[in-house]
Amino acid sequence: MSEEVKQCSCCEEEASEEELLARLDEVIEEYQGKPGALIPVLQYAQGIYGYLPEVALKRVALGLHKPYSEVAGVVGFYSYFSTVPRGKNLIRVCLGTACYVRGGKQVLDAIKSRLGIDVGETTEDRLFSLEIARCFGACGLAPAMSIGDEVFKRVRPARVPEILSRYNEVDAEKEGVVNVAG
Amino acid sequence: MPTLTIDDIKVEVPEGTSVLQAARQAGVKIPTLCYLEDVQAIGACRVCLVEVEGAKTLIASCTQPATEGMVVKTNTGKVRSGRRTVVELLLSEHEGDCKVCSRSADCELRTLAEDLGIGELQYTGEKTKRLVDQSTPALVRDTGKCISCRRCVTVCNEVQNVGALFAQGRGFATLIGPAFAQDLSDAVCVQCGQCAAVCPVGAITERNQIDEVWDALEDPTKTVIVQTAPAIRAALGECFQYPPGTLVTGKMVAALRRMGFDAVFDTDFTADLTIMEEGTELLGRLKKALVDGESVALPQFSSCSPGWINYMEHFNPDMLANLSTCKSPQQMFGAVAKTYYAKKIGVEPEDMVVVSVMPCTAKKFEAARPEMNDSGVQDVDIVLTTRELGAMITQAGIDFRALPDEEMDAPLGISTGAADIFANTGGVMEAALRTAWAIVTDSAPFPFPNLHVEPIAGLEGVKTASVKVTGAKGDWAFLEGAELKVAVAHGLGNAQKVIDQIRNGEAEYHFVEVMTCPGGCIGGGGQPRFTTNEVRRKRIEAIYKEDEGRELRQSHENPAVCALYEEYLGAPCGELSHDLLHTHYYEHERV
Repeated sequence: MSEEVKQCSCCEEEASEEELLARLDEVIEEYQGKPGALIPVLQYAQGIYGYLPEVALKRVALGLHKPYSEVAGVVGFYSYFSTVPRGKNLIRVCLGTACYVRGGKQVLDAIKSRLGIDVGETTEDRLFSLEIARCFGACGLAPAMSIGDEVFKRVRPARVPEILSRYNEVDAEKEGVVNVAG
Repeated sequence: MPTLTIDDIKVEVPEGTSVLQAARQAGVKIPTLCYLEDVQAIGACRVCLVEVEGAKTLIASCTQPATEGMVVKTNTGKVRSGRRTVVELLLSEHEGDCKVCSRSADCELRTLAEDLGIGELQYTGEKTKRLVDQSTPALVRDTGKCISCRRCVTVCNEVQNVGALFAQGRGFATLIGPAFAQDLSDAVCVQCGQCAAVCPVGAITERNQIDEVWDALEDPTKTVIVQTAPAIRAALGECFQYPPGTLVTGKMVAALRRMGFDAVFDTDFTADLTIMEEGTELLGRLKKALVDGESVALPQFSSCSPGWINYMEHFNPDMLANLSTCKSPQQMFGAVAKTYYAKKIGVEPEDMVVVSVMPCTAKKFEAARPEMNDSGVQDVDIVLTTRELGAMITQAGIDFRALPDEEMDAPLGISTGAADIFANTGGVMEAALRTAWAIVTDSAPFPFPNLHVEPIAGLEGVKTASVKVTGAKGDWAFLEGAELKVAVAHGLGNAQKVIDQIRNGEAEYHFVEVMTCPGGCIGGGGQPRFTTNEVRRKRIEAIYKEDEGRELRQSHENPAVCALYEEYLGAPCGELSHDLLHTHYYEHERV
């Protein structure tokens, strides 16, 4: 199931509103009546939409027979969930204790100034969104950051432009491949 | 049965008892804040800290189970200082001015600060974000005053099954409220005000309409009349230091007269009228189903409680046909006052102001519903809670305890004991059964002693009874031998249980009474604080006493109601009744 969802979120073709809701309904149906269903269903929903729009949250509340206030409360509690659309690549800079002492803050500042966005924002070209994380369990590699599923270790502020541009290139390459295949 | 020692007192308690409950059993007082007996024990506020021998830290006694041999100290320097710090930190976040807060007289946080001997505040810093939500006719929320105790969240979700409120966000930024800082009017809230009833501070209160009433009373062009719900007389005394369960009907009437109302009437009058209409409606449905073979929605649900109506419209819209079409007694009163009574005294409906005193916040919402204008203008103009009336009497400088007992005015102040018991769970059903029985059997003796239907009395969440009809006469002969099955639920969570039973075919009833608030209206969201089960029982006892002290105890015996039908309405459920006393409901979204 999780693989399927990953495909969805990376899918190049835009799915219609109905298709997205149909996918969400499948997930809700699978989890209906099961204890502890809310968080996994929200994770899948975010996978399907890339973020958690109101229409999806209301669907989840209705489908799982949960109050909308509770669904919103859970979404607001976990920084993993986002109710605003994110860029194609989500940057998460760790500011957990180890990363913080080893310069995570400077890495964050470097990214902010390079991209011209603040935490919680998305670049105009919708390529990057920036968030802070509280430890992803890579303390030995501090300071750490991630872009999408890729984790970067012992990041120095000076390396930031290179990391970001590399990501740009990967992206361009991928599109190239798609073009060739098409 | 573990035995433990609390402050050198040995106490034996049942398995599963918390240290807090054990201490109460031993007569040791531990201060609490977020704790709500029988409803919430979550250790959120940390005020109930105690020292337990062998434990490294202070422990919240409300969540700590009592165990064999446990040694607890509740009054040590460490405990006193711990509790004080906790309350000081709460005070440091709390936004609001105690001097002018509506809760200054009964604020639990302020009382705690005093009890713990907090003189000066040593912590200053960021305050809780203040959002004031005045979007609904019934309730006002002020997040700045909220201390995140979660009592309202638990009551709204677990007792009422509504879920309008939840903790939003995280850490210091946590705000208790609807999703995404929505206004309450945009959330699914039934306006029952149970949140306001349990809030320890001034974070959720009723919308204060006292000044609107003073303005009306001072307007010489207006005839201002007042109706008081049956539950007020058993609770208003608490605003003037009478113990819960003191009946103050006569003093209440005297106070209202001194405040300047042109007539002091009783919602009891239209409670009797409701029984005539709702009882006739039920018998009509039964006749359609059993004799005419028509498809008709059964069971019939009572419709007096506006929070319950809101709940049905949002959560069970497919069963709206089961709701009695009768307006609540408050709204019947408004419609009758501005037509029948206005004509009687030669006043135009637009020159009459109808004020209600209700134990309820949802009644403010109900009065403002756009369809409640069958007199041509808004039928009920202003709704006060019991608490607001108490405050008004104080503002007027009336020495309530010194007042004489006075009588309600005629004709809309005349009522029977059946109307009194509308105040408590089981009462509407009992009143309906008294009259339905008399109609069907042509006044054969009621099959329960002293007119009380014992199986549906008391604070059990869902109560049921069945009545076998014997001696049915005339039009109602078809009911002979039939078993009339009824259910009574109070608290919307319990009501939903009954609905689920009906939906799943697990139970079959003919008539179901639902009151939104635990205990019924005597436990309403607008009643004096604080309503515990013990207080509920005392208020209910008082109401039964009021009923039993009456000469007339069955609604159809009310001479003023009989006159209303003869002079004006015609027959129950007739054409004019339909126009003035009945209503319709709307489907709404659940989310």
